[in-house]
Amino acid sequence: MAIPKGTIVEPGSSKKNKTGSWRTERPVFKHDTCTDCRICVLICPDGIIFGSDHVYDADFDYCKGCGMCATECPVDDIDMVPEVK
Amino acid sequence: MAEQAVKKKKKTKPPVTESLLAPGHRACAGCGEALGAKLVMDAAGPNTYVTTCTGCLEVFSTPYPESAWKMPWIHSLFENSSAVAAGIEAALIAQGRDKDVNIIAQGGDGGTADIGIGCLSGMLERGHNILYVCYDNEAYMNTGVQRSGLTPFDARTSTTPVGKRSMGNQTNKKNLPEIAAAHGIPYSATATVGYPNDVIRKVQKALKIKGPKFLQIHVPCPLGWIHPTDQTIEVAKLAVLTGLIPIFEMEDGKLTRVRKIGKNRKPVEEYLKAQGRFRHLFKGTPEAEAELEKVRQIAEANIEKYGLA
Amino acid sequence: MKEFIEGSMAVARGVAVCRPHVVSAYPITPQTHIVEHLSELVADGILDSQFINVESEFGAASVVLGAAAAGGRAFSATTSQGLLLMGEVLYNISGMRLPLVITVANRAVSAPINIWNDHSDAMVFRDAGWIMLFAEDNQEVHDMHIQAYKIGETREISLPVMVNMDGFILTHAYEPVDTISQKDADDFLPPFDPVVKLDVDNPLTMGPLGEPQWYLETRYRIQQAMLEAKPVVKQVAKEFKEKFGRWYGDVIDGYRMDDAEIVYVAMGSICGTIKDTIDELRDKGEKVGLLKIRMFRPFPGEEIIDALKDKQKVIVLEKALSLGASGMLSDEIKAAFYATPHRPEISSTFAGLGGRDISKTSLADLYHKVKGERQDNMFVDLKEELV
Repeated sequence: MAIPKGTIVEPGSSKKNKTGSWRTERPVFKHDTCTDCRICVLICPDGIIFGSDHVYDADFDYCKGCGMCATECPVDDIDMVPEVK
Repeated sequence: MAEQAVKKKKKTKPPVTESLLAPGHRACAGCGEALGAKLVMDAAGPNTYVTTCTGCLEVFSTPYPESAWKMPWIHSLFENSSAVAAGIEAALIAQGRDKDVNIIAQGGDGGTADIGIGCLSGMLERGHNILYVCYDNEAYMNTGVQRSGLTPFDARTSTTPVGKRSMGNQTNKKNLPEIAAAHGIPYSATATVGYPNDVIRKVQKALKIKGPKFLQIHVPCPLGWIHPTDQTIEVAKLAVLTGLIPIFEMEDGKLTRVRKIGKNRKPVEEYLKAQGRFRHLFKGTPEAEAELEKVRQIAEANIEKYGLA
Repeated sequence: MKEFIEGSMAVARGVAVCRPHVVSAYPITPQTHIVEHLSELVADGILDSQFINVESEFGAASVVLGAAAAGGRAFSATTSQGLLLMGEVLYNISGMRLPLVITVANRAVSAPINIWNDHSDAMVFRDAGWIMLFAEDNQEVHDMHIQAYKIGETREISLPVMVNMDGFILTHAYEPVDTISQKDADDFLPPFDPVVKLDVDNPLTMGPLGEPQWYLETRYRIQQAMLEAKPVVKQVAKEFKEKFGRWYGDVIDGYRMDDAEIVYVAMGSICGTIKDTIDELRDKGEKVGLLKIRMFRPFPGEEIIDALKDKQKVIVLEKALSLGASGMLSDEIKAAFYATPHRPEISSTFAGLGGRDISKTSLADLYHKVKGERQDNMFVDLKEELV
């Protein structure tokens, strides 16, 4: 028979759902004082902060704008700014 | 560090996520449980079977036909993720498919400490090689912030409202990690998303131990606890630093390691004031002050009991 | 091989030759001997299964759900309160299309607590998406399990099967049973090859959130699979007959039906007593027969119509009722006849509830009553002085 209705065969297919539209504020990664501590990568609840070598950014297709990365950045290298559409 | 100034590079589109809990899930912004689950999954790795109780985690991650999970994952009911995991383990053993794989059963505080405690107890007592992870956000968030057995003292929930005759929830958190440890399991621990590296360490440590393991992770809920979405980590840390959420490990029933708070200890008011669910404790009335004193005593007792000072 | 064994042993042996990967159960009278025998077979190394003793029937059903989701052949057994406690999981198992088998040693439902036989437990779950089979005797129940796995695991069906046997009357009765050898079982039942299973090499998500835009279609698919199961049940019964030479009817079976004018309709072990009663009535010249319902879900409406359409009267004898309505079996038979031009007069009667003995005398009396006039919601052997 066909795959039972209700079994999802594509792992990680939630990526089709772009949650970036939820955002009212966006993180701006300033790339000034970054120490490569990667706390922002670690604590992003959506797992959408990427980068290396002192340059990090969020995937704005998904970033919900919670602001945790900006709050937790120990060197204040991320600002939250209002989302302008 | 001098090089840093020249390291300003042109921003490029970030690469596709590597997390085993894929983005696009519908957790609220700043969700502590989503962060907790992401940490646990990435610590465990792809060779992991996962069962999940009904609750926010299941709902936000699997609205058909989309799933955030990149490992074999099943949700059955509210109260049986531990029993379903036991069945998976048994079937894998019987089929010779149990080598080099992990099994994680998980749920929220309601699915674990309340409705699912029977199945959890059975799983722990029978010796299955399964890690149970409880994401403790201290109420039934998925149904609208009703009180659970892990709701803390004096917290306002939708079923322990504050009123003329009520200061919120009048019971203490059920001590689930110790209940788990009392089953004679090799590992029972608490952790918090306030200290994410500790979560990773504990998951990886637990998965190296054969037998039943229990890990309770404190996960703030901005919606239910009423705090700004960027404060999830800060609130989680304050819970620890005030002594209200002790972070410890128990191995073979004995307390083997605690996160000391020492001179970093904060007054409980700092934690409580950061959340709307405790706002009624700051009215300045004698009744509110009496309640605050009770919360201070809870913190004091934790610090003494677990040697957190 | 003919062996003189207890009904519960007949079940255990019938299950064991199906090589279940996982057996999980919680003890409840009168199911206990089934799982005790299975645990002995595991302990003796005869059955290579994981036997999981759990904290409740809810846990047992959840364990076998997990086992089946992980691609294992799984078995549990229960009854009465235990089945009710499994209830939430039973819907989940069929909803996820997991073809496991649970034996129900049919028993009354509390309160008052009563450990004796009727069908009140199983009939609660007639809407739960389970194929429901009822056995008449211990040979049939022994043979029914291997058929149950073959039916449920048919990939187009992928539905769980509930094998019903009367508590005590069958579970604790010793009868000669021709047991199926492992070799014959292996020839008849192929290894479980599930449509979907949890596997780290092919990660699936099972049991997601079903929002309104697609939940309805899951019910449609289960309903379709249920309807498709009927020919599969017949085919498997036929294959079983070819292999083992034993036949119990497929979804229904008739006894002395050819010229019968009045027909009993029943399920389970009472069919044996009814057959004896029929023989005695026939000796007195009464034209009476029996239609045994071997499968209640999917409901064999067409087959029942075909068997009963030319009869004068039908006595539906049920060991359960829907309190406040009528008997589930009689109601469904009446509903099946809704669109037919000719239908027999149908009486609905309840007997044997809570283990009350049903004697041949009572059955013969019932026959004569129905021959006189139609009986509606009649409690057979009701003690008026105790009501």
